Amino acid sequence: MPNIHVETLSHHYGAKPALHDIKLVIKPGFNVILGPNGAGKSTLFSLLTGILPTQTGRVLYEQDDIKTHRRTIMHRLGVVFQQPTLDLNLSVQQNLTYFGALHGIPQPNVMQQCAELLTAFGLVERLNDGTRSLNQGHRRRLEIIRALIHQPQYLLLDEATVGLDADTRQLVLNTLRDYVEANNVTLLWTTHLMDEVHMSDALTLLHKGRIKAQGNTQALLTQAQCHSVFDWYCALTQTVEAM
Amino acid sequence: MTGWFTAFIAINQRELIRFWHNRSRLLSALVRPLLWLLVFAVGFRSVLGISIMPPYETYILYQEYIVPGLCAMIVLFNSMQNSLSMVYDREMGSMKVLLMSPYPSSFLLFAKLFASAVLSLLQVLIFIALCFLVDVDIHFTGILWATPAIFMTAFFLGALGIILANFIKQLENFAGIMNFVIFPMFFMSSALYPLWKIRESSEWLYWICYYNPFTHGVELIRFALYQQINTSAFFVILGVTVIFSTFALLTFRGQKHA
Repeated sequence: MPNIHVETLSHHYGAKPALHDIKLVIKPGFNVILGPNGAGKSTLFSLLTGILPTQTGRVLYEQDDIKTHRRTIMHRLGVVFQQPTLDLNLSVQQNLTYFGALHGIPQPNVMQQCAELLTAFGLVERLNDGTRSLNQGHRRRLEIIRALIHQPQYLLLDEATVGLDADTRQLVLNTLRDYVEANNVTLLWTTHLMDEVHMSDALTLLHKGRIKAQGNTQALLTQAQCHSVFDWYCALTQTVEAM
Repeated sequence: MTGWFTAFIAINQRELIRFWHNRSRLLSALVRPLLWLLVFAVGFRSVLGISIMPPYETYILYQEYIVPGLCAMIVLFNSMQNSLSMVYDREMGSMKVLLMSPYPSSFLLFAKLFASAVLSLLQVLIFIALCFLVDVDIHFTGILWATPAIFMTAFFLGALGIILANFIKQLENFAGIMNFVIFPMFFMSSALYPLWKIRESSEWLYWICYYNPFTHGVELIRFALYQQINTSAFFVILGVTVIFSTFALLTFRGQKHA
């Protein structure tokens, strides 16, 4: 099973602690890490992708430790960072083929693999356009397609819908949910937006660098006798801060 | 193996596309040495006569002397421009895409250095073609000989650029590179004056110029343009390329955590 195991992971920036003793198993399906700004989501994300080196604890993709097997893991990992990472000097197609080539995939195969997603995300017509000319929503769609080129088993998306309008957010979420279901992918979605959480999702609440709760969303809500993710969040964090 | 080749070509192709999109970069890369050649060298040709010294077999005009140094200058500026691009990539996030590649950092670094060297070579070849217009006599075979010399110098300077890119945290700090790396490296070398001439004026400046690896890059190109090999320059450039590439690799790996 393509699980990601996070074992007793802690991280500090100098003397400032960012994550405390995180234990997590991310299974195939749609997994959400919910938390307000500053909760440690992006730090966890950076540790999962190997962008930050682990200080304490381990991150395992099945049996492979990110510290020692980064290269083999990268073949199976698709990532969408919170910060835009497209090359604005390249066209839409060039961005896709460049990324594909960095994974050793020749151009014709890249375009073949992207065809369906380009249609689903409405970017077919924009293939030859410069990336600079795309709006934020289209750029984010392109980044998601790019992350799927090498058909990864694991897909990590960090606040991928930040700054998008409601329709685009819905399109992105629906397309990804369908993709996960059809391909048995392990997807990790970090967000601070509670309306992005579905009842069937595996949910983890991260708050001040600690895991407050984890499990199936519906089960967590039932257990806490809450009617919505918002109520549940407020109950657990003892806050009513707007997220 | 096909995958490695695909990735290698893609990295090179990307650099070429970026360069093509930014054609003003080519223009400024050529205007700079042409100004030196057409204004500075012409103005000083009567003052700065160059006596017979290897690789020259006769007296030459100052314009002819300065050409290899200007070729090296193009390589130097292009390498620093690539250093700037890396800082830009890091700030804009596109560096992360490269780091998410499953191929080893050493391979990705080599591909980037190779791309930078190709761009340097292209610019130098265009510059040499323009030199013919002002009667600087370079034999075609000399250009063929100079190609590997330019490539080697470009690798050494490209590696230096990558090391610097890791220390430049913001694009704004690039001006410091101009003042503390490019200008001293260029002016304290044999690019503009032969070392013996510098020694006549200042012994300490001579030794600084002598130990400046850029001097050896200039001399390697100079001798190659006249179909000769400057053995000591060759080994110095080979040595510094290996050392700088190793440091570049270490700092490039560090970029992942930057």
